[in-house]
Amino acid sequence: MRALKEVSFDLHAGEVHALLGENGAGKSTLIKVITGAHQPDGGRITVGGVEVSQLTPARARALGIACIYQQPALFPDLSVAENIALRLEKTSAWQRVRWAEIARRARELLQRIGAEIDPATEVRELSMPEQQLVEIACALGAGARIVIMDEPTASLTQKEQHLLFAVVRELRAQGVGVIYISHRLEEIFALADRVTVLRDGESVGTNPVAAINEASLIRMMVGREVSAIYPPAESAPGEVVLALCGVGCAAGGVRDVSLEVRAGEIMGLAGLVGAGRTELARILFGITPADSGEIILHGRRVAVASPRIAVAAGIAYVPEDRRRHGVILEMPIAANMTMAIHPRLFPGAWLRFGAERALALDYIRELAVKTFGPEAPGGSLSGGNQQKVALARWLATQPKLLILDEPTQGVDVGAKGEIHKIIRRLAKDGLAVLMISSDLPEVLGMSDRIAVMRGGTIAAMLPGHSDAHTVMAAALGQPGKAAA
Amino acid sequence: MGKYFRELSVAAALVLLLVVLAGIAPAFFELQPLLSRLTAQTPALIVAVGMTLVIICRQIDISVGSQFGVCAVVAGLLAAAGLPLSVVLLASMAAGAAMGALNGWLVAGLGLPSIVVTLATMVTWQEALRLFQQGKFINLPAGVQWFGLAQQRGQLTLIATAVVLLTCAAWAMKNLAAGRHVYAVGTDAEAARLAGINPRGITLGVFILLGALAGLAATLNIVQSPQVDPKAGGGLELKAIAAAVVGGVAVNGGRGNLWGVFVGLLLLATINPALTYLHVEAYWEKAIQGLVILLAVVADGIRSRKGGAK
Repeated sequence: MRALKEVSFDLHAGEVHALLGENGAGKSTLIKVITGAHQPDGGRITVGGVEVSQLTPARARALGIACIYQQPALFPDLSVAENIALRLEKTSAWQRVRWAEIARRARELLQRIGAEIDPATEVRELSMPEQQLVEIACALGAGARIVIMDEPTASLTQKEQHLLFAVVRELRAQGVGVIYISHRLEEIFALADRVTVLRDGESVGTNPVAAINEASLIRMMVGREVSAIYPPAESAPGEVVLALCGVGCAAGGVRDVSLEVRAGEIMGLAGLVGAGRTELARILFGITPADSGEIILHGRRVAVASPRIAVAAGIAYVPEDRRRHGVILEMPIAANMTMAIHPRLFPGAWLRFGAERALALDYIRELAVKTFGPEAPGGSLSGGNQQKVALARWLATQPKLLILDEPTQGVDVGAKGEIHKIIRRLAKDGLAVLMISSDLPEVLGMSDRIAVMRGGTIAAMLPGHSDAHTVMAAALGQPGKAAA
Repeated sequence: MGKYFRELSVAAALVLLLVVLAGIAPAFFELQPLLSRLTAQTPALIVAVGMTLVIICRQIDISVGSQFGVCAVVAGLLAAAGLPLSVVLLASMAAGAAMGALNGWLVAGLGLPSIVVTLATMVTWQEALRLFQQGKFINLPAGVQWFGLAQQRGQLTLIATAVVLLTCAAWAMKNLAAGRHVYAVGTDAEAARLAGINPRGITLGVFILLGALAGLAATLNIVQSPQVDPKAGGGLELKAIAAAVVGGVAVNGGRGNLWGVFVGLLLLATINPALTYLHVEAYWEKAIQGLVILLAVVADGIRSRKGGAK
């Protein structure tokens, strides 16, 4: 798999150039190439008319390329002025700190972008957008000619966004080129001069914003056939296993989620990164318990206050970050598989290695885990096979509801197909499956119904054989225009 | 072989040292002094067992020496008051468990770092004990020393107790679900929590167990002499941690084996008498012990870097 394929991209001085694409389209990779974090294995990079070979992060910075990340990387215990000074000055360790000079410079830079921040403030007292402004000031102070902003508004309020937009326009007026990444189409139309759409690592096209509309942008982002072959649905959904009634959790940013999942049904949970899908799964599994609404399992209201209660109630959750939370790499496969069922498998509190081994062998066979045996450590397996081990752990709890978070992320194509077949078979056996996936073809191919999340709640409930365009439009919040 | 390489290499070092001693100083193996030296290590061994579980759980407890001192005084006062040894033992273990529970609650319940919590409790218990006891020794009635047995039988009883305890603990760590939970929490507390294990409960549990074992060790220590020294626990925490580290327990949790710790403790404890028998000045003991610990840490560092690269 190549993350980027022959992408051409250009940025003028005094321009805001938006970069758009669904999750995994290659935006981050392109940014990493531009900032020197990744070396491209082909093509040319030209900055200010001069070709640059071997772009490194240090060199990129020297050329005036700066990236403002969503989470500013500032030192919270130092003042704004000190943070700016640390970025900009190369002082030797024994040189005296010229406090007045540092403060003056910080004030000047902050004024240039119209930010009203006292340079003496400690960074920890600043809001997120204010910290972003400090980052931008640092970038300007370092003489940045190219500023990359990676979803800068993702965690901002409406008011804070307007402040940021004003700064972006100010940068443009001063002749800085801005690469602006966002999922929000309205921002792109409000701010950008041109927009480039990436899809599957390829550039689909660059257009002036004035010459394009939202519907065509969405078409460019999606525009592809569901190429892989997915196992077909074989059974009609049965009774309702899970019903959510206005479920929310302020800490997780999820609000007012209502949906039903039936036995034998695969419910796809689509949405862009940050839409609240994983947060919803964490609520259902009791990791960050709901603070409003009702979770009803098999007709009975359940207060899922901890993973322990969730497991007892018949909920299983295969988390997204399998390397961290799914499979303990140092432990044998067998121990990993039985971890969630210790009370049942070992009623007398001591381990019965025979029973454990038998169970592990069953799942290794059933899920076709490629390994030399149940004693092999989890870390010896490939990504796809680790995912199968994580799956086995939760199937062993004999759940009624299986929540899968990005079940095939980082899994090779062959194993992906196998995992899809396993998921379909589990549904056929009467399991209710809630599948979170950022892989649009996977959602479309596997789901019986699709719930699309946006802004922490369900934005649309679509039938399984919806087209990619409709799902993407709902995820972007453009349902009306998409229908047109 | 590969799985226990670390433990086996420490054992090999110990065997090598013993072989050298057998060749140069066969007097090292005379029964009575050997027995006395082993007996003197039983409290440290028992504390090291508890310490190992705490370290595998990715925590540390540097207050065990102080806990040991408090327990020794509790046991000494009760024994001096003429209470039967079984009551003395239970009271001493209960006192240790209570102190362990306080540490555990502060660490697991409030989420405070264990190094800071146990540093604070270490100083607190130590100073409280100093004010309370004013450094005075407690004289024990006859019949307490060696449980009223002959010295050699008393020593054998102590050694047997410690070894049986070690064996049970090693068995439990491998064969009880609770033992596996300790490893799981030490490797990845969040993964364990997602699997329905209660990391706070496990953490609290290992601290309480270590406290209770400190109480047991303190009782087994006072029967070795006619008086109770209230400062007897000084440095015990370092001894226990050193044994664990030399024995191959990973300081950042999740890996370790109690038999390795046993061998590690024996190796560290053999260095001092070995120096005496080899006519090297005893001043070198601490330096050589430090060197052994450093060697173990460096070996683990190199090993985990090789393993972790993948």
